[in-house]
Amino acid sequence: MKLFEIAHSRAGDKGDILSLSLIPYEEKNFEKLCEKVTPEAVKNHLKDVVQGEVVRYELPNIKALNFVCYQSLLGGVTTSLAMDTHGKTLSSALLEMEID
Amino acid sequence: MMLRIGSGAGFSGDRIEPAEVLLKHADLDYLVLECLAERTIALAQQRKLHEDSGGYDPLLEKRIRKLLPLLLEKDVRLVTNMGAANPIAAAEKILEIAKELNLSCKVAAVTGDDVLDQLDLNAIPWETNRPISECGSIISANAYLGVEALLPALESDANIVITGRVADPSLFLAPQVHHFGWSLEDYNKLGQGLVTGHLLECSSQISGGYFADAHNKEVPDLVNIGFPFATIDADGRAVISKVEGTGGLIDLRTVKEQLLYEVHDPAEYKTPDVIVDFSTVQLQEVGKNQVEVLNGSGKERPQSLKVSVGYHAGYLGEGEISYAGTSALTRAEIAGEILKKRLIDDFPNLRIDFIGLSSVHRTHFNGSTPYEVRLRAAGYHDSEQMARLIGEEVEALYLNGPAAGGGARKKVTESIGVLSTLINREKVQAEVYFNEWIKGEERSGATN
Repeated sequence: MKLFEIAHSRAGDKGDILSLSLIPYEEKNFEKLCEKVTPEAVKNHLKDVVQGEVVRYELPNIKALNFVCYQSLLGGVTTSLAMDTHGKTLSSALLEMEID
Repeated sequence: MMLRIGSGAGFSGDRIEPAEVLLKHADLDYLVLECLAERTIALAQQRKLHEDSGGYDPLLEKRIRKLLPLLLEKDVRLVTNMGAANPIAAAEKILEIAKELNLSCKVAAVTGDDVLDQLDLNAIPWETNRPISECGSIISANAYLGVEALLPALESDANIVITGRVADPSLFLAPQVHHFGWSLEDYNKLGQGLVTGHLLECSSQISGGYFADAHNKEVPDLVNIGFPFATIDADGRAVISKVEGTGGLIDLRTVKEQLLYEVHDPAEYKTPDVIVDFSTVQLQEVGKNQVEVLNGSGKERPQSLKVSVGYHAGYLGEGEISYAGTSALTRAEIAGEILKKRLIDDFPNLRIDFIGLSSVHRTHFNGSTPYEVRLRAAGYHDSEQMARLIGEEVEALYLNGPAAGGGARKKVTESIGVLSTLINREKVQAEVYFNEWIKGEERSGATN
């Protein structure tokens, strides 16, 4: 199953750091996301994008995860050579991840 | 004594009509227009260098002309950072429009964010290991001001408060602090108020904009999407909603997406006014397109303010050309190899993208071969003339590259980079200038 079947996401940027939220449509799937979508799994899935570390934050109150990915925006919005300088499309890249 | 704040713009290019709808139908106390992205102020500073009276938001005149009559008629106060690099000139422009429309109006301009003179050029910015002085020629340095800078303006009877760089959510927190008389040391209230500001600051990003998708995320009537407003009580508890009859959607999903937008550690969101803890926030759907937000919290504000430094970062040269048909990708790849060989000596970081396949994710996650591909080449150079070379070589593929390339375009853009550093808040002195036009007479003066 791909992540987009059970969860949604929004990307944000600060300098060269990409943040990706991951929110299950149904709150009962939060535990499953916690178990399957580890920082290591995200780093591996986005290996062509994320050059630095991936840190995961959990928000059990609102049943959501937040991933902070360092060195991921080719230098950041103001001097990046990328098409999508903000990395705004990368939420869709996260949601392409396969989980069991 | 509830307070109602509307979000009428979430970036400088935002739509204007939804703000008019809010003014007409939302019974607002305050309208906030957030129009200043990280780099916008450096661009504005450049315009100011060319013309003393310039340097404010390019859409200020258009927005004010549309909104001013409604603001005054409905007795709604406007708080906005459209002053960009020149809040005082922006205030004068607003009064010029008021005079033209024959509407009495008082404007408060908040300055003090420009810290170029106090900038420590030996400081190492967050983005590199080199001191600021070695990163290129500096254009601007603006500190992120907080609520304190806005309070004297709000305590006056000004209709409009116009600022330069202020932390985006603080534009929304300031009216709450002023209206409810919160202490600047009541960090839990400030934290909750800041959460509400963070939710509102990107306009329709919380009301279905930038959310809609075919799969599970249908949003009704995006064409007429309504911008959000919050109804806030004295403890900071807020209900986010939008005007009935407008398009869009507000539910737990849209609010959660916006809550985490551009947040790193949710328990340590640093602002000039409070370090906010988003992880304590509780959300509840309390009606159609109504979500209640409560229990945001926080701790003592940082001693330093963030500073954005704008600098000349050279010239971005770009060229694009399209290929189509079954072998489109192969031909685009051949063209990309040619460009690399011809340009790599002058552009060691030359970037080749295949638009339609892998240009935005830098890879792709399904194996389909696109019917058409647009090749893009991009590189930086200190010299504008050298940066042109990239577009020229792409255009030359017409005769010298693989078959049937079409639609070549070339472009050079002057690039403004942004670096981040800190400044001790004691060094930053905010000031407020009042200026007003009253039907038949004109008064102006500076105080504070």
